[in-house]
Amino acid sequence: MFQIVRKQEMAKGTIIRFDISAPKIALKVKSGQFVILRVNDTGERIPLTVADKDPFAGTITIIFQVVGKTTALLRSLNEGDSVKDVSGPLGRAAEIENIGTVVMVGGGTGVAILHHVAKAFKDAGNYVIGIIGAKDEAMLILEREMKGICDEIIVTTDDGSYGQMGFVTEPLKKYLEERYDIKLVYAIGPIIMMKNVVKLTRSFNVKTMVSLNPIMIDGTGMCGGCRVKVNNTTKFCCVDGPDFDGFEVDFDELMHRNSLYLQDEKDSLLASIR
Amino acid sequence: MLDQEIKYLKFRSYLNTYCPHCHNTLNKEVREEKSLNFDAKYKGKDTELILSPYLDVFEANSTIALENGDLLDDLTCPKCKKSIVKKDMPCGECGSPVGEVIISAFSKLMPFYICLKYGCEWHGLTKADEKRIKLKIPRQMMPEQDQTLRVHNHQEVPYGYTSELALLEAGRCLQCKKPLCVEGCPVNVDIPGFIRLVTEQKFDVAARKIKETNLLPAVCGRVCPQESQCEAKCILGVKDTPVAIGRLERFVADFERKMDLVKIPEIKESTGQKIAVVGSGPGGLTLAADMCQLGYDVTVYEALHETGGVLTYGIPEFRLPKSIVQFEINFLKELGTRFELNHVIGNILTIDELLEHFDAVFIGVGAGLPSFMKVPGESLGNVFSSNEYLTRMNLMKAYKFPEYDTPMPRGNRVVVVGGGNVAMDSARTAIRTGSTEVTIVYRRSRHELPARQEEVHHAEEEGIKFKLLTTPIRYIGTENNTIKAIECLRMELGEPDASGRRRPVPIEGSNFIIDCDLVVIAIGTGPNPILFQSTPDLKRNKWGYIEVDPETNETSKEFVYAGGDIVTGSATVIQAMGAGRIAANAMHKKLTAIREQEQKKKKKVKSEKV
Repeated sequence: MFQIVRKQEMAKGTIIRFDISAPKIALKVKSGQFVILRVNDTGERIPLTVADKDPFAGTITIIFQVVGKTTALLRSLNEGDSVKDVSGPLGRAAEIENIGTVVMVGGGTGVAILHHVAKAFKDAGNYVIGIIGAKDEAMLILEREMKGICDEIIVTTDDGSYGQMGFVTEPLKKYLEERYDIKLVYAIGPIIMMKNVVKLTRSFNVKTMVSLNPIMIDGTGMCGGCRVKVNNTTKFCCVDGPDFDGFEVDFDELMHRNSLYLQDEKDSLLASIR
Repeated sequence: MLDQEIKYLKFRSYLNTYCPHCHNTLNKEVREEKSLNFDAKYKGKDTELILSPYLDVFEANSTIALENGDLLDDLTCPKCKKSIVKKDMPCGECGSPVGEVIISAFSKLMPFYICLKYGCEWHGLTKADEKRIKLKIPRQMMPEQDQTLRVHNHQEVPYGYTSELALLEAGRCLQCKKPLCVEGCPVNVDIPGFIRLVTEQKFDVAARKIKETNLLPAVCGRVCPQESQCEAKCILGVKDTPVAIGRLERFVADFERKMDLVKIPEIKESTGQKIAVVGSGPGGLTLAADMCQLGYDVTVYEALHETGGVLTYGIPEFRLPKSIVQFEINFLKELGTRFELNHVIGNILTIDELLEHFDAVFIGVGAGLPSFMKVPGESLGNVFSSNEYLTRMNLMKAYKFPEYDTPMPRGNRVVVVGGGNVAMDSARTAIRTGSTEVTIVYRRSRHELPARQEEVHHAEEEGIKFKLLTTPIRYIGTENNTIKAIECLRMELGEPDASGRRRPVPIEGSNFIIDCDLVVIAIGTGPNPILFQSTPDLKRNKWGYIEVDPETNETSKEFVYAGGDIVTGSATVIQAMGAGRIAANAMHKKLTAIREQEQKKKKKVKSEKV
């Protein structure tokens, strides 16, 4: 059993932050890696990327958006409650090097993962430019933390209720046009956002890493449910990823695969309410 | 009446028994059963005696309670009322008077003696005669769930032997002096030994006899391919059918468990040395049990949230009930093994880190990375690897969705690609989810199917279709990117390849389409890379499996042992257990040597101090 040490609601309660006591994982986890979590005995296994860690307190931080039954169930837990299983760290860690200037692009809950990676890049001595976006002001998360990490930061909202109006790709385009020293773009967020970022960076030929979030069961390379097409070969996101070179990822296929269980998800949520 | 019982009754009628005086038959119908009866006298009282079908025990009917050692006064033929006691010939074992009857066990009449001392099993037959009579008993089938009913539930299909059927089957064993079956078994279970105990009705002792060499008889009795191992070597199989060793193994293990007769074996004094086991599958469990009993402190690390490895996530409930697996694991816990769940070794702890805390490590992680065929359309919706399909159904209990949260993959027309046991498991699971049509597509012919005969037979009974000599070349999707059909090619068999099987060769232009809405790809697995990412110095072969010394199962890293699928590639449960046993023996030997050395050093230091 893994105890929830701290709970924080963000974005009108649709995004939740948990600090979970998992000392062994907290010691080992690196930015970009994820854990598999199961709430109770009848629960499903869901992958959640670790957003932060505190090896001294023995906690890891996960941030998730409430989308289906399991995340709804997770939200219903309070400080002091426990989840049945947390397995990790899983996946390969993000490759962190001192390469100069990097742009970190995050959207929605993707910012949660992004800020862990951004921190690592900053610690490695890079000049970090942050671009984070959300639907509106209320859905924007971790702005303060990102400001603390990044040397420059731009915030966008789709409706203009805070920061610049529009998508994250607009300020990114500006940066790519103005600065020639950008060595790497890291994009984490909704698939459609990552796809558009890659479309843009491809025209500037700037290396772009993306963090994928396909459907997983075991997260240890056993089921192959998380297979994605990268450079036209089948890769397993849980053991070969979750971070891949954005230029090589087949985003359309990933989008199709991720939408396969929407109906089941609905059924499960409804059944749990009844 | 079950088909089973009919066969059993038939056997009883094989043994026609006649009076030596009037030559009338002594067979009689009692309770709708044809048994061998005659009149007897005991302390002046008349009674009826029934000869058991295995020709070794006879029982009185319920009016008189005979005890071992009681001597009958007289034995008479119920028809001519003449005494059939043979005056001039005492029992060959106890010297008591004997009765003589004539039996026709095969197309020959011969005398058969019944010792009048109850409990004495002498019968005067020569070994050759006894053998010939045993050969008359047919191989006993297990009663099983009706095929029309079982496709609607996930419960186990065969019910297992009753004690009566087990006795009958055990009676077939010839108790060979040089038992070939033992050679056929990867862990060399004393098969004639345990079968003899079954004939003596000591079922729990028989189970313990197996456990001396095989920790998981309930599991192995169910999933071992006996027909290619012990039963393949059985001498009875040359002319007839072999003894059903697996079914007997299953019976005694179930008997011991259900009757609550499982005993915790004696554990040797603690050695103070610690062993880490990576993976809680059959190989790891065997090693853990062996080392625990030898006094080592054993910790088993499991990546998933449930123990058992392939026994839990892979083999379906209807073939191996999960309660049995958990029972065996609880037994290990009582032996003192610790289980650490949710530990993906390679990530949370590396092998090198384990070596800092433990004296030796065993790697039994299996080969869990599913293979795909690299044909177009494999990433369409409702195309699963067999691992994903079975993991969802078994480990995550998706068939109980939405009680359990993992969604159940379902389809009306299901195609399973592959011909192994995993393919059969997937197909039989699919038919239990209410699919109207399940087809197995395999590229070679029926003769080459790698699955167990029994599984193929069960699959066919349940209405699963086989499209043999067929291979998929393209998966066709709907506009929503879920599977709608498979384009296949017909094959023919060409020259034998390296494995000795005839290589399938595609027939040009033979393309055809199979409509379907769910596909399970069961074409095998490979090694999982996680462990090796952090342990690059572990020597591996060209397929990526770990290289070990076959004598000891030690890897290129000292004190690190490996066994099971991660060494051999996909194989059987019992082979993994055999590998675990080899590693346990080698590990014990090495660690004992180290222990003794240290003790010597200590003594030396002590004596120097003095």
